[in-house]
Amino acid sequence: MGLTPPGHPAGGPSLLRGLDYSILQQCMHCGLCLPVCPTYDATLMERHSPRGRIALLRAVADGQLEMTPTLAREMYYCLGCFACMTACPAGVNYAEMFEAARAEAELSGKLENPLRRLVRSLTIGWLFMDVRRLKALGRLLRWYQISGVQQGLRRSGLLRLLPRRWQELEAMTPPVQPKWSAQIIPPVLPAVGQRRYRVALLTGCAQDILFSDVNRDTAEVLAANGCEVVTPPHQSCCGSLHAHNGELGRARELARRQLEQFPPENFDAIISNAGGCGSHLRHYSRLLGEDAQWAGQARAWDCKAQDIHEWLVRVGWRAPSGPQPSLRVAYHESCHLAHGQKIVAQPRALLRSIPGLELVELPESNWCCGSAGIYNVIQPDMARRLLERKLAHLRRLQVEVVATGNPGCLLQLINGARAAGMRLRVVHPITLLAEAYRREKVR
Amino acid sequence: MPLPASACDQLRQMFGAGEVLTAVEDLIPYSFDGTAALKQLPAAVVFAQNTAQVSDLLRWANHHRVPIVARGSGTGLSGGSVPVPNSIVLCLAKMNRVLEVDAANLTLLAEAGATTQAIAEAAGQAGLFYPPDPGSMKISTIGGNVAENSGGLRGLKYGVTRQYVMGLEVVLPDGEVMWTGNKCVKDVAGYSLRDLFIGSEGTLGVITQVLLKLLPKPQARKTMLASFARMEDAAAAVSAIIAAPIIPCTLEFLDRTTIHCVEDYAQIGLPLDCEALLLIETDGHPAAVAEEAAAMERICREQGAREVRVARDAGEADRLAAARRTAFSALARVGPTTILEDATVPRSELARMIRFVQQVAQKYQLRIGTFGHMGDGNLHPTCLTDERNAEEMHRVEEAFKEIFAEAIRLGGTITGEHGVGLAKKHILPQQTGGAQMRVMRELRRVLDPNGILNPGKLWD
Repeated sequence: MGLTPPGHPAGGPSLLRGLDYSILQQCMHCGLCLPVCPTYDATLMERHSPRGRIALLRAVADGQLEMTPTLAREMYYCLGCFACMTACPAGVNYAEMFEAARAEAELSGKLENPLRRLVRSLTIGWLFMDVRRLKALGRLLRWYQISGVQQGLRRSGLLRLLPRRWQELEAMTPPVQPKWSAQIIPPVLPAVGQRRYRVALLTGCAQDILFSDVNRDTAEVLAANGCEVVTPPHQSCCGSLHAHNGELGRARELARRQLEQFPPENFDAIISNAGGCGSHLRHYSRLLGEDAQWAGQARAWDCKAQDIHEWLVRVGWRAPSGPQPSLRVAYHESCHLAHGQKIVAQPRALLRSIPGLELVELPESNWCCGSAGIYNVIQPDMARRLLERKLAHLRRLQVEVVATGNPGCLLQLINGARAAGMRLRVVHPITLLAEAYRREKVR
Repeated sequence: MPLPASACDQLRQMFGAGEVLTAVEDLIPYSFDGTAALKQLPAAVVFAQNTAQVSDLLRWANHHRVPIVARGSGTGLSGGSVPVPNSIVLCLAKMNRVLEVDAANLTLLAEAGATTQAIAEAAGQAGLFYPPDPGSMKISTIGGNVAENSGGLRGLKYGVTRQYVMGLEVVLPDGEVMWTGNKCVKDVAGYSLRDLFIGSEGTLGVITQVLLKLLPKPQARKTMLASFARMEDAAAAVSAIIAAPIIPCTLEFLDRTTIHCVEDYAQIGLPLDCEALLLIETDGHPAAVAEEAAAMERICREQGAREVRVARDAGEADRLAAARRTAFSALARVGPTTILEDATVPRSELARMIRFVQQVAQKYQLRIGTFGHMGDGNLHPTCLTDERNAEEMHRVEEAFKEIFAEAIRLGGTITGEHGVGLAKKHILPQQTGGAQMRVMRELRRVLDPNGILNPGKLWD
């Protein structure tokens, strides 16, 4: 169950030194990444900027600097929002450096302490390696939430006896769905009308437990647009959590499982509705490039992996019709959709196609909300600042609904709005589309 | 060499513990600016919050003979803010307030660390206009703009930063704080010391506040893009526009390599099958704009433009200009090291200079992409190379020597807007001649007798 062994093998291989040097060299330190980097914006310190981090990583690759605790912590201070990649005219592949650097940070053991090791082993190393374990925890959480225990505890004030950090974590416990995806989505959902495509639907790990309704909506929207939707009931995590947290070995293992379960040649597309997962899913060939057995499959997979918004726009979707309620909706861009996958126009186009829906542009819509995977758990202060900034924009817009295409952002905004006492529905864009289709049928 | 512990303590007393950085992980990110292949670790980095702290630091540094390198966002392109050995980097990025917009006097007062973008926006909100717009305006700071006398895309009609500086607060090397200039349009009292500090590259004093001149916002603007099959035709079109005589606000030029890189990044539909593109913008009174735009479109066609595309709306115009701003960085897609130069010639010599750059590239077998502010004669021949290839780097050096010699021979300059810094100090005497070098040296010695401000920059 232990994670990567502590301690950097003396003189052993360095992931950064092994990285294609031209990736590091690509940064010409022009500084155009600085104004879009949330951590630089907050501190105005170069070390907290992409340009500064790259300089440090290059120093490691050059052998001028060892992986130090400060640098390791710095890589976890970075949100991994990749706004810098959108801003970078030179095309620097920060994502690859970021993953390698976090992996090297883990390999070096510089962040090791017993508690961190235990928590990481339990979560990244155990819980998220098998969705059945996650679901068991989900059941427990669900019981806690609906049995009245949570309500009782929250009301009683007993929670205030916990340390502040624990109280905050308790407040972040997400509402668990009553049913998992497999219970509400058939393994094969036929296309409505003529079948145009055959697609696989990834139900995800946390997504399956917290937002199985979004998965169901996704399947229905796909079917409504001529796709036969294949959704195997037992799926595993895609490995993005692992890759983004320095566990490349486990990420590879999970990627191989995916390739086994979803041979790309069997589908026209493999659909994800989670921005963070999607941006990882399109790079399996980067992950498995050295793996002779899987490299070819991984390349094929990368071409088939599609975000739901992207796929619908690509194949042409049907705009919902009929009288629909009027609704003012803002769109918050998930970082990994906007910056990781460059999917910006598609979700907006889908939303605009819903009659009665007024899409209101959210200022700084592609500025990170602070969720950033598990960032809000490990860097609560920075995450809170970003959440407050996001909520302030939403408050000024006075919209009823905010749509966003990533479970992390959904949770962050749901919790944020609740804590701030805001009347705001936080929803996946595809859910709005699915609801509009359903209203057609009622009519 | 690290600073002695006692010095660190004194700095922490002056600035507060969190504002003094000495860890190697903090020094490495401050060891460079936007200039390629120049790097030097400082001994410490300090963040000033106000002028008094800058004054305290300089008094202390002057006493202890510690070199100080002032810095904003580090976007400079001549090594002006690259640390010198054993120096303290004084970062002004946190002094970033726009203090006042005075619409009655058409001025704006800002702290040195305010970004050019923030200044342009503050002016814009008051219905006014701050014309200088270096390519890096989103992040470059106004103090740096003044210290390097930055230019930008509108230099042709509106000039460089110097034309907009009405006053400065400067901390002198001995720590004394001085104000030079004021809100008067006319002020001829004494030497123009303000002008002395503009473009002084952090060697005569540290600029802490800047009083800027603003203009009324132009009522109308028109942007167009003309593509040419031959470089000579584009150059001829520029000459014909200037001779017409029309002074557009922007007349930018991109060669084939640059066009491809920019399009690769920005994906705005630039034509990829031409040798040269001109990005042209005119602004001012609507009637004048319409007339000038029509005349320039006609001139471009007469000079053999294959296509002239007029931006449909402000959004498209902004996208085109924004794409041009990224040219320098976008070129990095081609070669790992991008050495951007800043040779400028009188406008009548443009076509000749561009041809010369091409010949030199061929002679030394280098990839040199050229883009620049064609309307003001400011070219950015940019070499796409790899700093790890020592032999090629040597050829790059030789090639640029020839390019600069030619620029000087044509009556031009070794830098139109980036400054001399470290990158070009070896050729500065060639351009200025002995008497000017002597006067400059003496001025610097008088102001900074102990040589604590940015030593080794401009000259050794």
